[in-house]
Amino acid sequence: MPLERPSDRVLAATLLAGVLFAATFADAARQRSAREAALQRTTELVTGLRLSDVVLFTEARYTRHLSQADLHSAFQDHPMALEHFPSGSLLPPPRLLLDHHETLDRKAASPD
Amino acid sequence: MKPWIERQRHLIDFTAQSLARRKGKSLGLLFVYTLLVFVLASVALYTHALRNEATRVLAGAPEIVLQRLIAGRHDLVPPGYIERIGRIRGVQKIEGRLWGYYYDSVLKANYTFMVPADREIVPGEIVVGPALERTRGLSAGNGISFRAYSGELHTFIVAAVLAHESELVSADLVLMNEADFRRFFAYPDGHYTDIALWVANPLEVRNVGVKLLGTLPDSRPILREEVLRTYASIFDWREGMMLALLSAAILAFGIFAWEKAAGLSAEEKREIGILKAIGWETGDVIAMKFWEGFLVSLFAFLVGYVAAYVHVFHFEFTLFAPVLKGWAVLYPSFALTPQIDGLQVATLFVFTVLPYTAATLVPIWRAATTDPDTVMRS
Repeated sequence: MPLERPSDRVLAATLLAGVLFAATFADAARQRSAREAALQRTTELVTGLRLSDVVLFTEARYTRHLSQADLHSAFQDHPMALEHFPSGSLLPPPRLLLDHHETLDRKAASPD
Repeated sequence: MKPWIERQRHLIDFTAQSLARRKGKSLGLLFVYTLLVFVLASVALYTHALRNEATRVLAGAPEIVLQRLIAGRHDLVPPGYIERIGRIRGVQKIEGRLWGYYYDSVLKANYTFMVPADREIVPGEIVVGPALERTRGLSAGNGISFRAYSGELHTFIVAAVLAHESELVSADLVLMNEADFRRFFAYPDGHYTDIALWVANPLEVRNVGVKLLGTLPDSRPILREEVLRTYASIFDWREGMMLALLSAAILAFGIFAWEKAAGLSAEEKREIGILKAIGWETGDVIAMKFWEGFLVSLFAFLVGYVAAYVHVFHFEFTLFAPVLKGWAVLYPSFALTPQIDGLQVATLFVFTVLPYTAATLVPIWRAATTDPDTVMRS
């Protein structure tokens, strides 16, 4: 039956888009199972080489080894240096450094 | 049920024809709407998949990495530290890691030189990551020279190239023998870059970290849990930046959609007046406009999302890659494993489809409830 009515055409187009939408989930599931072995091998490589970071940005050492960086490394080129690598503006500092810890020094009462 | 369906189909017929009469405006809206969903969905899908992949592969990272700090800077671990750590209860395995950075002035790129713990590399040979293979045209059996910081030229033979499938963690690596590494960087004997250690009981990792700080006050332990949290929050920090850049586009779209949906043109008002005058009920007019808003936004959402999926998982996020590459010369080329967060998709749906549909309905309801004569004359 040809799509004579405008509503048929609109609904058919939406349905097609819906099918494609559902297909992305099927494709994702297929790719996940296809890559499982490679992911496993990558994890083994990380364990074997004792790696601690992923290679996302190789331009600066504090973005290459993000988890090993400290808060100063982005600014330590010279006093008053500004962070200037583009990737530095995309990545957060290591989470560890942003956490608020309990102060470790004793709270002494100040003598009056 | 059947008459109801037939009625809705007629309403959709009418809506489709009315949209077709304003073809340029309708197609323009659909295009901009789809593009917006595409951009938002691309960013969301990419960051979610990357986050998942990074935390998944880094689950194999050392449980604790211990750095030594001098004046707030990372320094070499001197001899004797490993023995002192060995005396801490709960520590199962300790290894000194040897790694460093090398700036290649030929390519103007940074490599990570490393001594592997799991394989023995013959002196004079190296194993390189896939990005080096690509950018320097290396393959097994080729020779390559690096100028050490001392000024000497060291030549190595490429023994193998690491598998492309693991590029996310190995793109810029150059693996070499310990003796070569120490000679190349003039590394003092017995010193290490940092220390990797494993703890017998996973529940004790934090305690061991505290003990390490007690035994070696100049050290900084980095727990795997913290590494994972760092990568779990990847891009979160300045995802705001991306959103800030996008916010102008989102606002512009908001104004455009609002103008299109909420501000009824005189022509549309007249149309409603005529419809009411020829006997349409208020409910019909509202239902007709509901279908218009809903179908346009649903279609834009579906197409935008599918395009984003294909862009991220079949074309490796090509359009936005320049933003991520920054100044890096060596950039890993990796295909991410699709991980779709249902909640994220649902949120995107709610935030794109519902507001537009709602924005279409409000002014229509106002226009449709007034007298047809007034609407037509105004």
